Amino acid sequence: MNLAASLARRWEHFEHAADMGVRGIGATREAAFEEAALALCAVITDPALVRPDILFEVDCHATDDELLLVDWLNALISEMSAHRMIFSKFAVTISDGRLHGRAWGEIAVPARHHPAVEVKGATLTELKVFQNPDGLWTAQCVVDV
Amino acid sequence: MDLDRLTRKSDSEWWIPPTGTMRVPGVILATEQLVQEMDDKVFEQVSNVATLPGIVKASFAMPDAHWGYGFPIGGVAAFDPDQGGVISAGGVGFDVSCGVRTLTTGLRLEDISLRKQELAHALSRSIPAGVGSTGRLHLDEDDMTAMLCGGAQWAVHKGYGHLPDLEHIEEHGRMAGAQPEHVSQQARKRMRDEVGTLGSGNHYLEVQQVAQIFDKEAASAFEIHENDVVVSIHCGSRGLGHQIGTEFLREMAEAAASYHIDLPDRELACAPIRSPLGERYLGAMRAAINCALANRQVLTHLTRQAFEEIFPDAELKLLYDVSHNTCKLESHRVDGREVKLFVHRKGATRAFGPRTAELPDAYSAAGQPVLIGGTMGTASYILSGTSASEQKAFSSASHGAGRSMSRHAATKRWNGRQLVDELSRQGITVKSPSLRGVAEEAPGAYKDVHAVVDATEQAQLARRVAKLLPLIVIKG
Repeated sequence: MNLAASLARRWEHFEHAADMGVRGIGATREAAFEEAALALCAVITDPALVRPDILFEVDCHATDDELLLVDWLNALISEMSAHRMIFSKFAVTISDGRLHGRAWGEIAVPARHHPAVEVKGATLTELKVFQNPDGLWTAQCVVDV
Repeated sequence: MDLDRLTRKSDSEWWIPPTGTMRVPGVILATEQLVQEMDDKVFEQVSNVATLPGIVKASFAMPDAHWGYGFPIGGVAAFDPDQGGVISAGGVGFDVSCGVRTLTTGLRLEDISLRKQELAHALSRSIPAGVGSTGRLHLDEDDMTAMLCGGAQWAVHKGYGHLPDLEHIEEHGRMAGAQPEHVSQQARKRMRDEVGTLGSGNHYLEVQQVAQIFDKEAASAFEIHENDVVVSIHCGSRGLGHQIGTEFLREMAEAAASYHIDLPDRELACAPIRSPLGERYLGAMRAAINCALANRQVLTHLTRQAFEEIFPDAELKLLYDVSHNTCKLESHRVDGREVKLFVHRKGATRAFGPRTAELPDAYSAAGQPVLIGGTMGTASYILSGTSASEQKAFSSASHGAGRSMSRHAATKRWNGRQLVDELSRQGITVKSPSLRGVAEEAPGAYKDVHAVVDATEQAQLARRVAKLLPLIVIKG
């Protein structure tokens, strides 16, 4: 990854009346999806507190990028819930509407992670995946907490 | 919301006249002040729901309505299956059958004042709360299927509660028509260790004081008096409901076009009630309702155990259990005739009036208890359903205060530790594994619950019976 692409990567939260918006920005669609996943986990806790020790792999398929983002985030939510995990590091590849994602994290330790809230699901609200005029990709939606 | 966009029918009823593809009007039941404070998104979402096939009478918004997903939170809409009516996963929400139950304890305020901290510790130890918490039960496949079919009845038969509890739960503790075979393996996997857990976010267990009685007769029927101590539990169907919501929302969003349903918002994803997808969702959603009822029943058992440690003579009786994220088949009178409708209540409480067949005999004259949760620093309310509510909004009422500020903004404004200390000075003990979670749930981040309850009464959706003030708060 070159320096410019690395600097461009970031995640942020945006306002929603009852819940939380998660947004990933990156030089590629894949990077934006990875950053959106980090934004998702930051709703739960500070990702810097989570050791990327255990690897999970997920596969999704959708007819458009937006549903693919929802599927990706919901797959992570589901794995975190089923295995009491919190993730902090991601790698995504996308080809022909198929996403392969790797997520690293650890089993939640309330005393160390102080998780604020669990996420129920990624929604179709404010759901957007697009490339900005400056070339950067944005991937975002509201998550229900 | 701009009042000029609405037609004022009364001080508490505002109409959105049908335009474009709207099949029925939108009706917002709230005071002028609450309507003004509502997000414009509520207008948009109420209008969008009004476009769905088979909708009957109107698309309603309760006094606590706010921006939701497809449907507004606080949205009510009924659909006629004979008129191509739909069922919507978004209209039920991710937390299927999230709801509130309130227990009387037989204790008075003076009984617990000296032992409040001990009780708070006992409850905190007993109630699994917060992210990653697990319950004491581990369900194998057979238990899971039995739980999804049996709801609170399953829990009671397993020893988690008493038979009389079931009379005071909607559907007598078991939602008929559940089809566990339509609940995915992933949903089951998420629930294996979660029965009897509170969750996080706005879910809570509160020990409360009955601070004021408004309706003595109804209060007497509900067996509550001023300065009684009660317990309220707010939670839902946990990971299983979330997974069902996720899977069907996604499937319905893609399938809508094949059913020739033109969705103004993809989040309104729905399918005809009489379609394979609609029927599968109905079966899975009913199983999730049973999951929520079982979850609250097991939490009730754990609450009783915690009380028994400190107050061995306390007798915790279930006052009532209401769900506020559901779609249920109900009979309603429309244009002078009785029709069977699928009523979606997304963040809205069923509020049957007096002499409704479904009510326990003791509550027949008073009407159904309507439990409206507030915040950890303000108040909650018990109301009772009215006869007028049937004609107003298919016997529905508000469900809570509703947020007025985002979680993001709340954490910038409040510090969790300071909030816990401030509430302690007010006599409210808060136990939570997450101080950030406490800050996100700050009382100031919610609407004025008193205004919501006043509006609910003014709109004749339900009558005030009692005000409850928090004493102990267990948060996830």
